[in-house]
Amino acid sequence: MKRTYRLENIDCANCAAKIEHAISRLDGVTGASINFFAQNLVIDADEERFDDIMKKALKAARRVEPDCEFISM
Amino acid sequence: MTKKQKRLLIRISISAILFILAWCASELIPLKGLIRTAAFLIPYFVIGYDILLRAVRNIFGGQVFDENFLMSIATIGAFAIGELPEAVAVMLFYQVGELFQGIAVSRSRRSIAALMDIRPDHANVLRSGMEERVSPDEVRVGETIIVRSGERIPLDGVITEGFTTVNNSALTGESLPQDRQVGESVISGTVNISGVIQVRVTNAYAESTVKRILDLVENSAAKKARTENFITRFSRYYTPCVVIAAVLLAVLPPLVFNGGWEDWIGRALTFLVVSCPCALVISVPLSFFGGIGGASRRGILIKGANYIEALSKVDTVVFDKTGTLTRGSFSVTAIHPQVMSAPELLDIAALAESYSNHPIAESIVREHKGHIDMTRIGCVTEMAGKGVCAEIDGRQVLAGSERLLKEHGIAPHGECECLRECAVGTTVHIAVNGAYCGHIVIADEVKAEAASAIKKLSELRISEIQMLTGDTEAVGTAVGRILGIDAVHSELLPDGKVELVERLLEHKKKGTTLAFVGDGVNDAPVLSRSDVGIAMGALGSDAAIEAADVVLTDDDPQKVAEAIRLSRRTMRIVRQNIAFALIVKGAVLLLGALDIAGMWVAVFADVGVSVLAILNATRALRPTNRC
Repeated sequence: MKRTYRLENIDCANCAAKIEHAISRLDGVTGASINFFAQNLVIDADEERFDDIMKKALKAARRVEPDCEFISM
Repeated sequence: MTKKQKRLLIRISISAILFILAWCASELIPLKGLIRTAAFLIPYFVIGYDILLRAVRNIFGGQVFDENFLMSIATIGAFAIGELPEAVAVMLFYQVGELFQGIAVSRSRRSIAALMDIRPDHANVLRSGMEERVSPDEVRVGETIIVRSGERIPLDGVITEGFTTVNNSALTGESLPQDRQVGESVISGTVNISGVIQVRVTNAYAESTVKRILDLVENSAAKKARTENFITRFSRYYTPCVVIAAVLLAVLPPLVFNGGWEDWIGRALTFLVVSCPCALVISVPLSFFGGIGGASRRGILIKGANYIEALSKVDTVVFDKTGTLTRGSFSVTAIHPQVMSAPELLDIAALAESYSNHPIAESIVREHKGHIDMTRIGCVTEMAGKGVCAEIDGRQVLAGSERLLKEHGIAPHGECECLRECAVGTTVHIAVNGAYCGHIVIADEVKAEAASAIKKLSELRISEIQMLTGDTEAVGTAVGRILGIDAVHSELLPDGKVELVERLLEHKKKGTTLAFVGDGVNDAPVLSRSDVGIAMGALGSDAAIEAADVVLTDDDPQKVAEAIRLSRRTMRIVRQNIAFALIVKGAVLLLGALDIAGMWVAVFADVGVSVLAILNATRALRPTNRC
């Protein structure tokens, strides 16, 4: 299942790249892509575990950028 | 500036003033020992406290090569070896750089958002005679909306009342406004300039043109260019490598040469200052994003950065004929009467063909324009693939192919003088009561911009320009001759087109790509098979948007050359940024190791290269006519 989230409080492009890398390596994630300029995250992940995966994704993102938020669109 | 940026600016100013005071004091008074350290520590904490905090927090999060951490180490190290002004200056300039970056990025983000400012925010829908203001996605198909002058048309539909002028420029880049009246369709995202119109909605918002365009551009980031992937991979290794090099530089030489610790640690700290690959990581994706944004402003929707890369390497362009180079609709191009006047011949033909719904018959009726008196028509027989036989005013009229006439023992003649034109199209011969009366030529018109589209491609030094068509050889070569295309492949069925493109893909030069341009009708397989599939005027067709990599919002084939030109320009900007950043960073590392460049130079170079690369990247946003 593919979904798009708006990102908040990600200020640096390198952090965005790191977060993208971290999320795309999570179990159950087929693809993750962050557009730093549009401030969005497109994630393609296992539908059944989606909520769980998103929780992990947010945790992974916060490890890089502690203030960041995902807002579903 | 955002609130955050303003706060940072204030901190930078305060810290800069305190820093200058501390420096003057330490030189003039002169301050010594702990007092001197304290004097520099104040501006240092003012400017750097958040960096230090984040460094500590991220270390616990396992982020060793975090730039906050590295900056903290670099400056604390500078304090430790007694280079107090350097420590403060590095932190100060690093923050100035962050501020500049933030401003440049938010500014270019805003201009990209402005490009995308086609999202309608409301629709005025008529419900039980009352006008209601609702969100566009609440309007159902078949409902009527009212659009006033100056408003953005929120949904696709057909005008049921009123007439107006619309501005399509946000969608197609075409600045010339177009008139629209009752019965004509309007596209969502365009602006109603003059009158008040009522529009019957034909597509729900989710399927509307404007939503499609927005989705396409917003999702374009998901497909990254090879260059982008290279940069992200590079940046993952760059920081650890530089840090390891810094550690080695700090430890090895003093061990080997026995001493000089402070000197070598100082050199190593210079490395840490340039250890963030920010300039690359920001500017390369920004260039691509800007390129996609700039192109969409001109009605060229590119589905991902990877296609910018592919477009820039196009060396073979294959056009489908119908609908791309030609209009795709038949019209009468010549009337050659033998015994009567041209209007009379057309009149007879139109009467005979008026019951047929064949495209050729319809084009003759359309050309006739006037009223067709059905009472003049008697019995009509249609012979599939050949033409019609009709009774008009009591006379027997034959209208159709040469074969039809010959079957009735009539030989068409007088063809020679128009042989060339006839070859391009389909000829309808007309005979009345067994006597040949002349013929009408119907052809698919070549688009006015087609010749210039081909010329522009040759100017870009595209080495292979080919055309393929399902039409007859005669039509194909004639169109090819008009447009100056040498390689024409005719009489191809859809799978024949795929085969041909596959053959061309095999034979293209290495490192180049093949672009196929089609109108999305019947050629979806070819669109997806080629390196870059370009669908033209395809906003109405789901299949084409799905299969294509680049979608042109209007019917102008010249946009193909423009798309290639814009992509090449974007790639040039990307390469400039990569080269510039790598050279500057490399030079700083080298000069730093040799102790020619200190931390001052390093921080200036690092901040400077980021800001300049971002400014350069924003050029991709602004389409210019220069190459």
